[in-house]
Amino acid sequence: MEIITNSPEETRKLGEEIGQRLEEGDVVSLTGELGSGKTCLTQGIGIGLGITEVIRSPSFIIVNQHHGRVPLYHIDLYRLEDSSQIYELGYEEYLYGKSACVIEWGERIEPLLPPEHLSLSFTWLDETRRKIQFFPSGNRFQDLADAVSQSCRLAR
Amino acid sequence: MSCYILGIETSCDETAASVVADGHKILSNCISSQIDIHQEFGGVVPELASRHHLEAINPMVELALSKAGLDFDQLDAVAVTYGPGLIGSLLIGIATATAISFTKHIPLIGINHLEGHLYAPHLEHPDIEYPAVGLIVSGGHTELIYITAHDRYELLGQTRDDAAGEAFDKVAKVMGLPYPGGPIINKLAGEGNPKAIPLPRWTIFKNGHPFDFSFSGLKTAVIYHLRKEPRTDPKDMAASFQQAAVSVLVKHAIKAARFKEVNTIILAGGVAANTALRESLTLEAEAREMKVYFPSPILCTDNAAMIAGFAYHKYIKSEFASLDLNAVANLRLKVTTQASSNR
Repeated sequence: MEIITNSPEETRKLGEEIGQRLEEGDVVSLTGELGSGKTCLTQGIGIGLGITEVIRSPSFIIVNQHHGRVPLYHIDLYRLEDSSQIYELGYEEYLYGKSACVIEWGERIEPLLPPEHLSLSFTWLDETRRKIQFFPSGNRFQDLADAVSQSCRLAR
Repeated sequence: MSCYILGIETSCDETAASVVADGHKILSNCISSQIDIHQEFGGVVPELASRHHLEAINPMVELALSKAGLDFDQLDAVAVTYGPGLIGSLLIGIATATAISFTKHIPLIGINHLEGHLYAPHLEHPDIEYPAVGLIVSGGHTELIYITAHDRYELLGQTRDDAAGEAFDKVAKVMGLPYPGGPIINKLAGEGNPKAIPLPRWTIFKNGHPFDFSFSGLKTAVIYHLRKEPRTDPKDMAASFQQAAVSVLVKHAIKAARFKEVNTIILAGGVAANTALRESLTLEAEAREMKVYFPSPILCTDNAAMIAGFAYHKYIKSEFASLDLNAVANLRLKVTTQASSNR
């Protein structure tokens, strides 16, 4: 399944659809180049989770925590190129806790992700358009992806 | 009789320790990445993991004391950054400071990293007068703050996506420049034409936050331009990007100072070392008879002297932390007006 967004606003809206459906312990992994919309989509997820504060890029600080309907860990592995550093970050506490977890550059810890999670892959089409592909693992995320897809189709 | 305070800062990449006397006399200012005690990590790969802080913290504290010519018994207090930052990193600094406080029976002082940055120019200019507008620009922060006293703030604006320094580093990465890219962009830009590539410079936020920033769009515009025109001269690219980023920062800072009717602007954080930002802000401020203060480059980056320096003002007011001081990853500035705290 894939969705094409025509603007940052549409990417954010897609994130909101995902965020509305996230529960405790859910992990969403985001893959895509710089400027492809990962943080933008996460801002939408935050809105969907009822988070009122602005969600900023956590590239520098690696992990941001936000409080919403479900707490959200927003993790950004941009600056971590070596997987041993990720082990030392104490990733288990984030990935296997009572929060939802969105991980930018999540492919860098692919083997550490829980068996059931949602991977999203971002591709540039042009300056504002992005292709976002859904790779759900497990029934729960398959259903979530289907529901988001349905909802986006209805909205258009 | 001087008041000696040991400061410790481990909020993100840097492991730093410093001794400052009476809030402004820097006796030592030690930063692990500068001194390169762990060359294998130094500068290139960020020292994110607590283990790296753990390895560096004791040598840093000892170095700070020996350079200051003091021993633990001569300290009047120990101060430490307790947020905002990466939780595991913050905890190493806090554990160290707490241990020193407990064993040496000296007060423990908890400092907000952002307050430390805002204080940094005072270390060299103890005469800065309030009220002032402060602009913190670094890899993790872009905040515009109205300061009425040493510990009285109002948040005027902040980034809605990427921090200013983050935009510099990411643009550098896309241009194939090594990390950290900010200083390299600064250098290349000096030789390029800032008007060569038109880039977006202005984002107006409709929902009543006129001092907020956004750097994600600028970053994306640079990436898009380089995809279309891969042969763009890196000097022109650097100059055009830097000009766009700096002009937004300067315009906002000046606009905020005029809005608050203050004549003092304080520039702080790693990006405050950018020469184009310093020059442009100074020029624009002086044209309006405003004064700009910024720290030396070593005090722009994350350091412990700003922590020890600011701690003095808490020391004289006996604002001490208890030994159960905890790290607060998303610590905010204690703002004085409700309107800007609910952001």
